[in-house]
Amino acid sequence: MAENSSSLLDRSRTIAGPGYNRWLVPPAALAIHLAIGQAYAFSVFNKPLGALISGDPAKPAPDDWTPLQIGITFSIAIVLLGLSAAIFGKWLERVGPRKAMLSASLCFGGGFLIGSLGIHLHNIWLLYFGYGFVGGIGLGIGYISPVSTLIKWFPDRKGVATGMAIMGFGGGAMIGSPLANNLMTHFKASAPQGVAPTFIVMGIIYLLFMQFGVWTIRVPADDWKPAGYVPSTEHNDMITTANVSADNAIKTPQFWMLWVVLLCNVTAGIGVLETASPLIQAVISGTEKGKGMDTAALAAAGAGFVGLLSLFNLLGRFFWSSASDKLGRKVAYAIYFGLGVVLYALAPTLGANAQLTLFVVVACVIISMYGGGFATAPAYLSDLFGKYQVGAIHGRLLTAWSTAGVLGPLIVHYLSDSRKAQGFTGAAMYQTVFYTMAGLLVVGFLANIIVTAVNERYYEKGPVTAEAGGH
Amino acid sequence: MNPQPNSPTPPAVAESGVGGSVVLAWLVVGLPLAWGVSQTFIKALALFK
Repeated sequence: MAENSSSLLDRSRTIAGPGYNRWLVPPAALAIHLAIGQAYAFSVFNKPLGALISGDPAKPAPDDWTPLQIGITFSIAIVLLGLSAAIFGKWLERVGPRKAMLSASLCFGGGFLIGSLGIHLHNIWLLYFGYGFVGGIGLGIGYISPVSTLIKWFPDRKGVATGMAIMGFGGGAMIGSPLANNLMTHFKASAPQGVAPTFIVMGIIYLLFMQFGVWTIRVPADDWKPAGYVPSTEHNDMITTANVSADNAIKTPQFWMLWVVLLCNVTAGIGVLETASPLIQAVISGTEKGKGMDTAALAAAGAGFVGLLSLFNLLGRFFWSSASDKLGRKVAYAIYFGLGVVLYALAPTLGANAQLTLFVVVACVIISMYGGGFATAPAYLSDLFGKYQVGAIHGRLLTAWSTAGVLGPLIVHYLSDSRKAQGFTGAAMYQTVFYTMAGLLVVGFLANIIVTAVNERYYEKGPVTAEAGGH
Repeated sequence: MNPQPNSPTPPAVAESGVGGSVVLAWLVVGLPLAWGVSQTFIKALALFK
């Protein structure tokens, strides 16, 4: 990451002048998260990528890429997201958000371009390197790049601010999926399945769109505070006024409890997202109305259910994270996990009894809290460790997401395949998935409950400097 | 989208009102998001048919 490239990118050049409106910062953050959130729409490429030679997704040629080979691309990207967020977090705090956002845009957009070459040459390793490795680094740096800046601009509404940005990651898939479909349809005549040119166009679009965030973002001056803002004088053990460095944070039990919290939250959410489409089709088939539906109608309903969950995932990120400003982070997570356990345990029974409406409501609440768990994490970290290197600490926490991104699907497929082998069909196939996820939420609930204030020996001594990552 | 000079300056305590640049900035990100949400909502309607 070139640190001496241009003075325009320097942290000192991004310090806001008097009168700068802090409400310009969330759109800058959203520009980054709306772009990189495309990663969660990668599955839109699964079928076309698997039919580059045969030309027919229903009849792949022997040399066509298999679903497993294609799926690895996304896994690499998610693993690199966590790793790069952890590795580059301290660098980001030192150089500021603009340079980090620019790097993220170059990696994410460039990843698409390299990936398009891999698709054109039908070289899966180039696709892995481009979209997975380079693009994944862009995901990680991009994800954490606005977090500490938002927290510094919104000390009075940390949950609202970070919730808005992380909501964008959920929204990114909603833009990325129809955008890719429209582009592939447009380019279908000029390239196999239209995928390679779609990658080129999307890479350029995202690279340019992210520049809006790069050049809009500002950091507040050292002693800036919102008009009329008076920090609470009420003592709260769970909200520190001290600062803990990223290196010290990972030595604390609090960090690792939150790591477990995020791991359980994401793994449980994957349990719903991975099974959503087949499960709802099984539930609908059990209803009177569903018995007369054909396969295509059931598949459309399945896709509709996945879409509905995406909307609640998006809304939950903003709603729950904002609510945590009032509730407190620990209480918020206690709700996510406490209510989550009940709802996860209830879902299989509702599915088995074909209680469609209730099942849909329960799934929507579950997925909203999954989104809330993601979006509340930066504010929780800021409460516990201070704002000094919160972006870097958040980056290290995201390795839990990478772990869950690999573990979650493995658990889901292992459990559902075992039930299938035992002769279970329909909604009953996923019963153990939901009960296991409920068990994971119990673990997350306990991990959250035992989080206490960080021991003072981890606090930074004396004032912290911007160059070192603070303000 | 650069309403103020970029030079390091003393603290800005006051927060200016909602200006044109803020509205424009929210439109830049809000319009694609609204399009994506509407596309997803239309897809989700299939569940209720």
